[in-house]
Amino acid sequence: MLELKNINFSADGKQILKDINLTIGAGKFIAITGPNGSGKSTLAKIIMGIEKPDSGTITFDGKDITNATIDERANAGISFGFQQPVVFKGITVSDILNLASKKTLSRDDACEHLSMVGLCANDYLDREVNSSLSGGELKRIEIASVIARGTKLTIFDEPEAGIDLWSFKNLIKVFNDMRTRIDGSIVVISHQERILSIADEIVLLSDGHVEKVVPQGESLGAVLGEQASCRKL
Amino acid sequence: MEKIDLNKVESSLLMSIADIPGITPGAFSLRKNGKPVYVNTTPNINILPKKDKPGIDIYVRADTKDEDVHIPVVITESGVSDTVYNDFYIGKNADVVINAGCGIHNDGCTDTHHNGIHRFFLEEGAHVVYIEKHYGEGEGTGKRILDPVTEVTLGKGATMEMQTTQIKGVTSTIRTSEAVLGDDSSLVISEKIMTHDDQLAETHFTVNLDGKGSSCQVTSRSVATENSRQKFVSKVFGNNECFGHVECDAIIKDNGKVSSCPEVTSNCIDAMLIHEAAIGKIAGEQITKLMTLGLTAEEAEAEIINGFLK
Repeated sequence: MLELKNINFSADGKQILKDINLTIGAGKFIAITGPNGSGKSTLAKIIMGIEKPDSGTITFDGKDITNATIDERANAGISFGFQQPVVFKGITVSDILNLASKKTLSRDDACEHLSMVGLCANDYLDREVNSSLSGGELKRIEIASVIARGTKLTIFDEPEAGIDLWSFKNLIKVFNDMRTRIDGSIVVISHQERILSIADEIVLLSDGHVEKVVPQGESLGAVLGEQASCRKL
Repeated sequence: MEKIDLNKVESSLLMSIADIPGITPGAFSLRKNGKPVYVNTTPNINILPKKDKPGIDIYVRADTKDEDVHIPVVITESGVSDTVYNDFYIGKNADVVINAGCGIHNDGCTDTHHNGIHRFFLEEGAHVVYIEKHYGEGEGTGKRILDPVTEVTLGKGATMEMQTTQIKGVTSTIRTSEAVLGDDSSLVISEKIMTHDDQLAETHFTVNLDGKGSSCQVTSRSVATENSRQKFVSKVFGNNECFGHVECDAIIKDNGKVSSCPEVTSNCIDAMLIHEAAIGKIAGEQITKLMTLGLTAEEAEAEIINGFLK
């Protein structure tokens, strides 16, 4: 469904991604992990179009999207959950969910999306997505906005970062629910062993290149290696 | 005065400034092209023309509840210059909504100018929601100028919420608002302004927190686009044990310019005054986030501005 070929990307004179080749099949749950600075978030942004590669091609559903804009990729069926949720002034949770789903959601539908991330619609729908919300609340709303899109490919950039304990415990459930509800693939950038353990494949990035691709069932220890300190919440 | 018919332009202006297509039941005063054309009163709300100058006196009986007052102004003739003096006397414990506003349609080449000089006197325990919208339109080169003056005097325990909106089409505006607050009274001002072309918008707020336990919250959200300029001047004087909070948020676009001039003065050791101001262009990450939801950059920007001014 998604194919990256020979992707290179550099910034500030430093090469961040080096000749990345990666294929993500339909209906797969792929975890991308690796040390800090290995290029994980950059790779996620390259897929969404937030960053443009210096060279290489990106194909999605058989179409070359290498030069497609962010919104064109979004409308083609790619969603992106930000590591640091964006805040606004005046835009409410309800607005974000409506924009994400491209329709005015009924309260029941909005409630369904929010309840998946443990938030009560009555408490949150009319609240502004601003800094009066906690980091954990913002993260949950970010995830709900991605869920509301229900696209073929969903990318989460470190969904566990900045999240509260409740949300982390339920993240796994959220991903499992998404796999049931949405006929698509999920790519999660993560350090967390619990998230890696439910992936169909784990892609280990190291110093900007794909070190190895580990299928489900293989020892996580071999993948995590030096990241052992990240294995506990 | 008899009921009057409004043409399409006038109805459209009324819709823009008051969300009504025409005359509605209840207390109502319509001013058109510099002249009063319709007045309706209720048993609790009396409207009388001033004898010494243009304008009206509005009297709301004590304990009046759940009534609206509409006092719109529409100007469709180019070159009209109109200053009107409206005084509002709100009785003890009354609770009303006052809808004001001015819409100008100027297709001519001469300037149209309207000044609404409004004074509010709220007695003890009274509560007023004052909604004022300004709007301009028309193909002419004549300017559409609105320079409102609002003076507010709040008695003990009185509360007033003032919501002013100028979204489009006003060439120039200088808004002057002054308030004096008594004991335990409260004033909330929410201002929303969007300017474009070469427009100018200035706002000058002066609030005197004279009463013990008085409070004010002034919030201004504005968007300055193209070559427009805005200036926000707020002066809050804490003259007693009181609380004052002034917040100015502005988005600038193109060559838009915004200046925010805070002045908070504490004349009492127990006064607590806060001023916040933030001016900047739309954050790139906000546009990126909305683009990941499928909006184009232009749609994202419009959505952010609409939300900001909502």
